[in-house]
Amino acid sequence: MAPLLELRGITKRFPGVLANDHIDLTLEKGEIHALLGENGAGKTTLMNILYGLYSQDEGDIFVNGNKVTINEPTDAIKAGIGMVHQHFMLIPVFTVTENIMLGEEYVKAGGFLDRKKAAAKITEISDKYNLNVNPDAYVRDLPVGTQQRVEIIKILFREAEILIMDEPSAVLTPQEVDELFKIMRVLVDQGKSIIFITHKLREVMECADRITVIRGGKVIGSTTPKEADTKKLATMMVGRDVQLKIKKTKSDPKETVLNVENLRVMNSQQHLAVDDISFNVRAGEVLGIAGVQGNGQTELVRALTGLLPPTEGKIEILGQDTPQEKPRFITELGSAHIPEDRQKDGLILAFPVADNLILNTYFHEPFSKGITLQFDEIANSGNALVEKFDIRTPSVNTPVSNLSGGNQQKVIVAREFSRPIKLLIASQPTRGLDVGSIEYIHKRLMAKREEGCAILLVSTELDEIIQLSDRIAVMYRGKILDILDAQDATKEVLGLLMAGIKPSDEMKSQAKHEEQIILT
Amino acid sequence: MADTKSMQIENKQVDKKKTKSHRITFGIIYLVLAAFIWIVFVNGTDTSILTTFNMTPGGSSAYMDDWIFPTASTLSTLAFICAIAGAYQIIRGFGKFTNGILALVAGIFIFSFLSWASSGGSINLAGLLRVTVVRAVPLTLGAMAGMLCERSGTVNIAIEGMMLTSAFVSTVIASLTNLWIGMLAGVLTGGLIAWIHGVLTIKYKVDHTISGTVINIFATGITSFLSSKFLQKTDYQYLNEPGMFPQIDIPVLSKIPFVGPILFSHNMYVYAMFLLVPFLTVMLFSTRWGLRLRSVGEHPKAADTLGINVIKTRYMAVILGGMMAGFAGTYFTLGSSGRFDELLTAGRGFIALAAMLFGNYHPVGAMGAGLLFGFFDSLSAKASILKVPIPSDFLGMMPYLATIVVLAGVVGRSQAPAAAGKSYDKESL
Repeated sequence: MAPLLELRGITKRFPGVLANDHIDLTLEKGEIHALLGENGAGKTTLMNILYGLYSQDEGDIFVNGNKVTINEPTDAIKAGIGMVHQHFMLIPVFTVTENIMLGEEYVKAGGFLDRKKAAAKITEISDKYNLNVNPDAYVRDLPVGTQQRVEIIKILFREAEILIMDEPSAVLTPQEVDELFKIMRVLVDQGKSIIFITHKLREVMECADRITVIRGGKVIGSTTPKEADTKKLATMMVGRDVQLKIKKTKSDPKETVLNVENLRVMNSQQHLAVDDISFNVRAGEVLGIAGVQGNGQTELVRALTGLLPPTEGKIEILGQDTPQEKPRFITELGSAHIPEDRQKDGLILAFPVADNLILNTYFHEPFSKGITLQFDEIANSGNALVEKFDIRTPSVNTPVSNLSGGNQQKVIVAREFSRPIKLLIASQPTRGLDVGSIEYIHKRLMAKREEGCAILLVSTELDEIIQLSDRIAVMYRGKILDILDAQDATKEVLGLLMAGIKPSDEMKSQAKHEEQIILT
Repeated sequence: MADTKSMQIENKQVDKKKTKSHRITFGIIYLVLAAFIWIVFVNGTDTSILTTFNMTPGGSSAYMDDWIFPTASTLSTLAFICAIAGAYQIIRGFGKFTNGILALVAGIFIFSFLSWASSGGSINLAGLLRVTVVRAVPLTLGAMAGMLCERSGTVNIAIEGMMLTSAFVSTVIASLTNLWIGMLAGVLTGGLIAWIHGVLTIKYKVDHTISGTVINIFATGITSFLSSKFLQKTDYQYLNEPGMFPQIDIPVLSKIPFVGPILFSHNMYVYAMFLLVPFLTVMLFSTRWGLRLRSVGEHPKAADTLGINVIKTRYMAVILGGMMAGFAGTYFTLGSSGRFDELLTAGRGFIALAAMLFGNYHPVGAMGAGLLFGFFDSLSAKASILKVPIPSDFLGMMPYLATIVVLAGVVGRSQAPAAAGKSYDKESL
């Protein structure tokens, strides 16, 4: 029998890039097929072709053995294909019903919307797959996990048989991810089929029936979770051996470098984003701040780096009070900042690499004398840093915008690490980077810790936090719920904290115990 | 699900904090207004003086007796009501009636002002309100034009230019043929200019404000040039005599005293406004067409993934909006002045945009704002006749002051469509 879906020789060229190179892929009825690959490997491009957002240059798509032409999302919907996008395609000011029926509206005589009938069908689907969604709620009032379920219903509403899920776990807490995997199982048990796109090895091992690895736009191979292990998958993904676990020596924290007491910060909408936070970071240790995105981490970092004045509280860097100081004063004290949005806050994209490397030192000798910049010095220092930090760029005069994400991040790291620093505030330092670059950045961070730098690491990636941190603080709705020693922190406990639930001590030790059993 | 609940509770708490400061601010404003009525209006007025409101506009057959009342005592009562409202607002708040009470207090204040201004004499209240309705027409229609565009994601500040050009074209065509063909030509002109705006912003992704500004400047230049070259010359006078749509008295309804002449004794533009407002409301919020139009203005990518043609929908909405603006433009010549003069729209296209914002992108709200602006407009015209120690220019500023106050977010911020002003690029994520 022909497979439910078959892609044959799909090729897509973007100017200067071969995004998909003769990709073959099959999906059988009732399976979860994971598409594993690094960022930029071409997974999303392939799925956008399948969903009609892009059109392929070569290759054919078959559904149930019949060739289909997909030029528009409508064609994909007709062929029974639906997609949950990485960035939700939901309209916040519309209700769940309006969002779901958009494009496939139920109408009464005269063209009037039949919201009741659509809501009834949504409730029916929601009950059938246990999705628990209220059709009359406004999407802007729903938590992220529920919004994702709305996206899933949107597909089921169109009676799709094939669901594409593009990095669905990126925005969820670990508990929500578990919930999602359960839902995916239910869907598959009821006869639907799922293509699951991800770059997270753990998730693939946990929920896929079959795994196809893509690298550089090509299919590298297919396997199953039974036959493969994470090490092997990582090697397939990156194309060389990768050190997944960073070796961490025991920390030896010295004097306090950053001290925060009772800090309160308002966000731009004048809501309290950081609510009465106290913590400290000492020389030679990494304090990780975990939490689902949007729980005040951004505002915390902006307050610490002088970009957003706090409303109340104390910030001390190396014994200096800094809440009212300008960012330059804070950087000159010996603090470095890797911002979460490297393109917006970390770099000036139109400037060349060399200029970006001196953004916070250009006013010092030897880069400037009097009122003039010393171009030779800037170029020399730029070349040296490019060499030292292995930044892949044609020259130091290339605009940073032409570099890949990983190399852009290396430019920031090079700039910050080339100064004598005592405090590093790193916010999402590896977001959107490939495994190779992540490995590199992690090594650099650990090297700084060895040198005795105090590091505040803010990340939404639990794996990263657990691997690198000595202590872990979990932020939820602007508060730090708890600060744990890294040895005591399990994913389970951190996940509960990230969802705003304070686990009891019994639960903590229980979880620890279970994890040890699994590990041994 | 616990998460949803706690989030909702938190939102409510935030709302509560916000409403509390709002509540007190409003209460203080009410008290200040009460004090103002008391100190300025009542104190300066002798107790024996009477105020007369004429309740029949000039030339109307539906007669109603004049309304005569003692000025000082009436105003004292009104000040007292305002003060009570203010006190209650501070202590308890009116909850869901807040906006209604706000409107009531504002109404009382304006009424007090009128009573005071005409004390010892008379003011034609019915005439004032009748003119209000007339002046609201281009503002409401223009606001709905802007709404069609912005709800679909295209910012259109070229309403003024579209009105002006269509006013010009309709005058010439109507002079050569008849009123209806002239009006139709004006509507099509608006649609044509909107199509150009669409090509610039949707296809070539030009900044919407720049495109709109260019169109406004172009419209001003071309109509002024052609007008001074032809329409204002005696040789070509036949091109500038379009005539005007006649007044139609609605049978029965127009005979109702006071209300009849104000609402039901106008030319077809006023009735068109009354019909278009509910029509567009239903279309936007209760039909498939409206849902798709709004989705394209909120999140075009989402609409695209559901198989809605973003580009086509936007063109359709922008051109319809332009046609609406064109229709509004023909009002100036075929419905109001009966001839074309340079710059006769006098910035009404921009006020219409303010009315759109003021009315929170809703047709009914837009008409409310249009009526409010229209009221001040007609009041400033009347004020020169009244013996008020306030220059009429100052009253003329009131609509704009009100707009600034509203846009600053005093009465709750208006919610613009999320993707308004952003051109859609299909291949970018």
